[in-house]
Amino acid sequence: MAEITIMTDHRAERSVTFFRKHKLLIMPLVFIAPAFAMFSIFVIYPIIQSIALSFTEWQGIGPKKWVGFNNYRLLLDDPVFWKSLVNNIYWLVFFLLAPVLGLFVALFLNQNVYGIRLVKSLFFFPFVVSQIVVGLVFAWFYDPAFGLLATLLDPLGVSLPPILADENWATFGIIVAGLWPQTAYCMILYLTGLNSVNPEMIEAARLDGAKGWRLLVKIILPQLKAATFIALVVTVIGALRSFDLVAIMTEGGPYNSSNVLAYYMYDNAIFRYRMGYASAIATVLFLIMNVYIVWFLMRLNKNEKGAR
Amino acid sequence: MRHFKTAVCAVALAAFATTASARDLVMNANTSDPAQKQAMEDLIADFEAAYPDIDVKFNLYDHEAFKTAMRNFLVSDAPDLITWNAGNRMKVFVDLGLLEDVSDVWKAEGLYESMPAVVGASSVDGKQYGVPYAYYAWGFYYRKDLFEKAGITETPTNWEEFLEVGAQLNAAGITPVTIGTKNLWPAAGWFDFLNLRINGVEFHADLMDGRVAYTDERVKNVFEKWGELVKADFYIDNHAGYSFQEALPFMNQGEAAMYLLAPFIVSMFPEDVRKQVEWFPFPTIDPEVGIYEDAPTDSFHIPVNAKNKEDARLFLAFAAQADVQTKTAATLDMLPPNVNASVKDDRFAKGGFAQLSKADGIMQFYDRDTDPALARVGMQGFQEFLKNPDRIDQILERIESERARIYGGL
Repeated sequence: MAEITIMTDHRAERSVTFFRKHKLLIMPLVFIAPAFAMFSIFVIYPIIQSIALSFTEWQGIGPKKWVGFNNYRLLLDDPVFWKSLVNNIYWLVFFLLAPVLGLFVALFLNQNVYGIRLVKSLFFFPFVVSQIVVGLVFAWFYDPAFGLLATLLDPLGVSLPPILADENWATFGIIVAGLWPQTAYCMILYLTGLNSVNPEMIEAARLDGAKGWRLLVKIILPQLKAATFIALVVTVIGALRSFDLVAIMTEGGPYNSSNVLAYYMYDNAIFRYRMGYASAIATVLFLIMNVYIVWFLMRLNKNEKGAR
Repeated sequence: MRHFKTAVCAVALAAFATTASARDLVMNANTSDPAQKQAMEDLIADFEAAYPDIDVKFNLYDHEAFKTAMRNFLVSDAPDLITWNAGNRMKVFVDLGLLEDVSDVWKAEGLYESMPAVVGASSVDGKQYGVPYAYYAWGFYYRKDLFEKAGITETPTNWEEFLEVGAQLNAAGITPVTIGTKNLWPAAGWFDFLNLRINGVEFHADLMDGRVAYTDERVKNVFEKWGELVKADFYIDNHAGYSFQEALPFMNQGEAAMYLLAPFIVSMFPEDVRKQVEWFPFPTIDPEVGIYEDAPTDSFHIPVNAKNKEDARLFLAFAAQADVQTKTAATLDMLPPNVNASVKDDRFAKGGFAQLSKADGIMQFYDRDTDPALARVGMQGFQEFLKNPDRIDQILERIESERARIYGGL
C-alpha cells in the first residue's frame, strides 16, 4: 500500500515539473484554445469550405459537380463582375472621405460650450441607427417625385437626376448615404483622440508661432495617428463589405449599375442558386481583402515591435 | 351477431387509438401577405374541424426567406406539406427527387376532371406532384375616372386602340402606365404578354425552356412592339427606382392611369381609389394568334422525406374540394382551380376568370417558367430596355449568352 502511494506521488511530482517546465508554452495555448476552437469552426472552416465550393457547380441542394477553374473563367467574361469590382473601387476611394470629414466635424465639436454634449450625440446618431434605416431614409430623400431633395430643389429651379434610378448616379447616391454613418463613426474616434492631445505641446507650438493649418498638420495630426489608423481600417473594411445599403436602396440596380461584389455574390447564391459561382466571387473578394489585411497586420506587428 | 359485436369493438378501439395519439401534420408555408395568411389559417382550421384527430403545425415564412429555407428543410428536416408554385419552380425540386408523386390523389379525387386548367402546370412527365389551391389572372388595373377625363369611353382590345388610349392619356397630361421595375418582375409581365400575343404559346414555352435563342428574329419583333410603347412615353419616368408598391402612388394620385399586375394589388389601393379601379385583359396584337394568358398557380406539395404522408394526402384531397377552394380563393382575391367552385362576386375576379376561361393556353410567369439564373439576367435586360430601348441588341446578346451557358448551344 505504502509503495503505491509513493509511486503516485512520484508521478504527480513528475507531471508538475513537466507543467512547470513548459508553463510559458502551455498556459497561452490553454487560454487560446477556446477562442481558437470557435474561430476554426465558424471562420476558418467556412472559408476553406467556401473556397472548395468555388470549384464546383452546385445549386444549394443536390449533387455538386466539380468544374475546376471554370467559375473563375466565367468571372473574367462577366461584365457584371467587372462593374461590381469597379464600383467597389469607387466605394473604397470615396469612403476615404469619411475620416477626413470626421476629423473636421470632430475639430468643430471639440469645444466647451453649453449643450455641446447634446450636439455631439446628435452627430453620432446616424451610426447608432441601423444601416437599413439609413438606406431607406436616403432612398426617400432621393425619390424624384415625392422626395425631400426634389421638394426642396424644385422651387429653386434645380432638377436633380433620378439618383437611384439612373445608372450613372446610383452608386454615388448609395455612397453618400453610407458616408453619413461612417463620418459619425470616424468623428467619435477623433473626438476621443483629441481628448488625449497634449495641451502643453499645443501651448508650446503656439508660443513658437504655429497656428491654423500648420498647427493642425504638424502638431495635432501626428498625435492623432492612432485614431487615424483605426479610422482608416474601419472605413476600408466598411467600403469592401458594403452590402446592406446596396441591398435596401437599389438591389444592385438599375440593371446592375450599382452592384458591388458582396451583393453580386448574394444575388448569385440566393436568387440564381449558383452557389459555386457565388463562392468564386466570395473568394475573389476575400483575396482583395487579404491584401489589405496583410498590410494591416504588418503595420500592427511593426508598431508592437517598436513599442517593445 | 357476434361478428357485429367484434366489429363494433374493433371500430371503437381503432377510434380510441387514433384519438389517443393525435396525428401531427407539419406544414411550412410562404403565404406571408395578410390575405394569404388569413386564407391559410382558415383552411387549416376547417381541415382540423373535419379531421379532429389531426393536429396541423403551421410554420409561416416570408416569401424570400422561404425560397432559401426550402432548400435546407426539404433535405434535412422535411415537413409533411409545403406551399409552392406549379410549373418550372416545382419541376426543379421534382428533378432533384424531393417532391412526392401525388397522382393517386388526383385519380382518387377525380381532379383531372375538376381541375383541367392546372393539370399541365402540376405535371412532370405525365405525373402530378402537387395540388393547386389558387391561381390568378394578370391584366390591366385602370382608373375609370382618369380614362373618362381623357375622353376614353372604351377599354382597348387591340394594339392600335391601346396606342390610341396612351396618346389620349398623354394628351390629357396623364402618364398611361405606372410600373415599378426595381423588383424586376413587373417588367417580365409585359414581356410575357407581348411574346404570347405576338408569337403564341408554343414559341413562348420553347423560349422559356431554352430551345430558342434570344437573338431570334421573333424575339426582336417583341421588343420592337414594346419599343413603340417606350417611345410613345407610356411608362412613368424613373420606374427603375421604385418597387412595385412604390409605383402605386402615381395611380392613387391620378398621375398615371394603368398598371399591368395581378389581383394582389387590389387590396393595396386606398378605399376611395379602389372604387374607380376597373380591369381589362391585355389587348390582342396579332388576330391570328390565340388568347394565351399568364396564370401563376399556387399549390400544395408533399416532400419525399415527409413523415406523415398519409395525412398530408388527406389534406391535399380536402384542399381540392370545390367548397373549400371557393372559400380559400375568395379570401386570397384569386381564382379557384376547381371548376365546381364558385368565383368571388367582384369585378376583378369575374373579369380575370372570364379571360382565363377564354384562354387557349396558359403559362405560369416569366420567373416561374424559366431557369432562375436566366430569369434574373432576362429581367434585368427588360429593365434596361425600358430605359434604353436603343441598346436592345447588346441586351439580347447578353441574355442569349446566359441562355447558352445554361441550356447549351442550339
